[in-house]
Amino acid sequence: MTVSESAVARSLAEKVARESYGRLVAYLSGRSGDLASAEDALAEAFLAALEKWPDTGVPDNPDAWLLTIARRRRLDDWRKEKVREKGADHLDLVADELSAAAELADGIPDRRLALMFACAHPSIDAAARTPLMLQTVLGLTAIDISARFLVSPKTMGQRLVRAKAKIRDENIPFLVPEREELPTRLPPVLASIYAAYTNGWMEIDGAKALGHEAIWLGHVVVSLLPQEPEAKGLLALMLYAEARRSSRQGRDGEFVPLDQQDVRLWDRAQLQMAEGLLHEANANGPTGRYQIEAAIQSAHVARRLGGASNWQTVVSLYDVLGKIAPSPVVTLNRAVALARMGHRDAALADIDALSGDARMADYLPYWAARAQICADLGKRTEAVEAFTVAIGLCWSEGERRYLEEQRSKILS
Amino acid sequence: MRYMLMLHANEADGQAVAPQDMARFMGQMFAYQQALEKAAVFISTDALVGSSEASIVRVKGGEVSVLDGPYADAREQLGGYFIIDVANIDEANKWAARCPAATWGSVEVRRIRDRSEYAG
Repeated sequence: MTVSESAVARSLAEKVARESYGRLVAYLSGRSGDLASAEDALAEAFLAALEKWPDTGVPDNPDAWLLTIARRRRLDDWRKEKVREKGADHLDLVADELSAAAELADGIPDRRLALMFACAHPSIDAAARTPLMLQTVLGLTAIDISARFLVSPKTMGQRLVRAKAKIRDENIPFLVPEREELPTRLPPVLASIYAAYTNGWMEIDGAKALGHEAIWLGHVVVSLLPQEPEAKGLLALMLYAEARRSSRQGRDGEFVPLDQQDVRLWDRAQLQMAEGLLHEANANGPTGRYQIEAAIQSAHVARRLGGASNWQTVVSLYDVLGKIAPSPVVTLNRAVALARMGHRDAALADIDALSGDARMADYLPYWAARAQICADLGKRTEAVEAFTVAIGLCWSEGERRYLEEQRSKILS
Repeated sequence: MRYMLMLHANEADGQAVAPQDMARFMGQMFAYQQALEKAAVFISTDALVGSSEASIVRVKGGEVSVLDGPYADAREQLGGYFIIDVANIDEANKWAARCPAATWGSVEVRRIRDRSEYAG
């Protein structure tokens, strides 16, 4: 095998193993509610698969392969009586689940969605929902997850352990809610996935991978709830953003704003998929915030076809979004679009109206937008001050450098 | 809650930085402080002189000893600090990750003990 062939084999193995991982965790813990046990049983099997499959090829029934290894390892452990004393009844239940699953291995029912609903249950600490989903559905480790949420691996590990204990001890059910309940129960699941994506959007180390994980989760929800327009809207929204990822940075890592991006670098396949999903979502029923946000992205990428972004459409869409999901971020983004249409004074008035909102005080896009609009209006002092705050709020070197250059343009 | 962000960096690397780069770094630190102030979390900050001007004093068994800096065994030295007031460690970490000093050294985040925590 050449290097690139083995890389392809590895990524295929990883994809299949991960697909099985979440399904098996969901299935194996559905009755006992014991995520930790299910994960223990699968962790080694998952690693073994990632070692073997790139060489041997992915087995015909990956679920069965993983279960066989997991069962064998579990039995070995139990035989050694290492773990027998602590909670024998409980271990028996886990053993039952493993055996029952092994008999069903031809078709493990896909309960990943039920698992996601358990992870996003209202009694789970909101800060733990997204990481918990990433761990249980995708098999990411606490170390993988921690860096992306700016906490230490130990802290993240403790949060995850607490959340799992809660699911087990409070018997939080692994259930996809009935259709009439979905409108209230689905939003936290979608919000968790989107939180994973936006965490990945920041250019922190490892962030790119997290974006991929979020999109993966989005695909899972869409495939298991094909009738839900908002699930499709969210996936479309993430794909629109993802398609532009490689054009957001120049050759030297410098930040490139949306309207200066090279459209040839945009991922056409992802854009096409996003357009298709958005179309289906819109045909499917009531319009929610993710669909509108995706539609805004769609108007932005229209530049690929028409050469210019359609700012009037963007403003109108923000008006709709402001009605169903008002937030200072919506007001801010609408103001930016207004400014792009030439209505700079109106845009600045809207931004000024937000200045008392504490949430904007450390929100980089607020300061960057304010700076640019003040600069365009010739308000140099205000522009320099706002650019300075924006620079101080940066996470990434590329963005910092970009804003420093914008500021020095005014000063020169 | 108050947190101290301790900025550690390699002094030798710092001395080797070209003047125009240093001016840019200083500008970034100023911008960072502006951001902290706008967000109303800033309490205080200071930069420290190099460890070659420092001394360590110990009194052990009645014997006083004074050790002059720099301390050869430590690669990174404390070069300055920010004291901020935020809700929790997650917020403090968020601000630490934005600190430009984190890109050339490391930022240690520690909660400052509240007076109420001392047994009365």
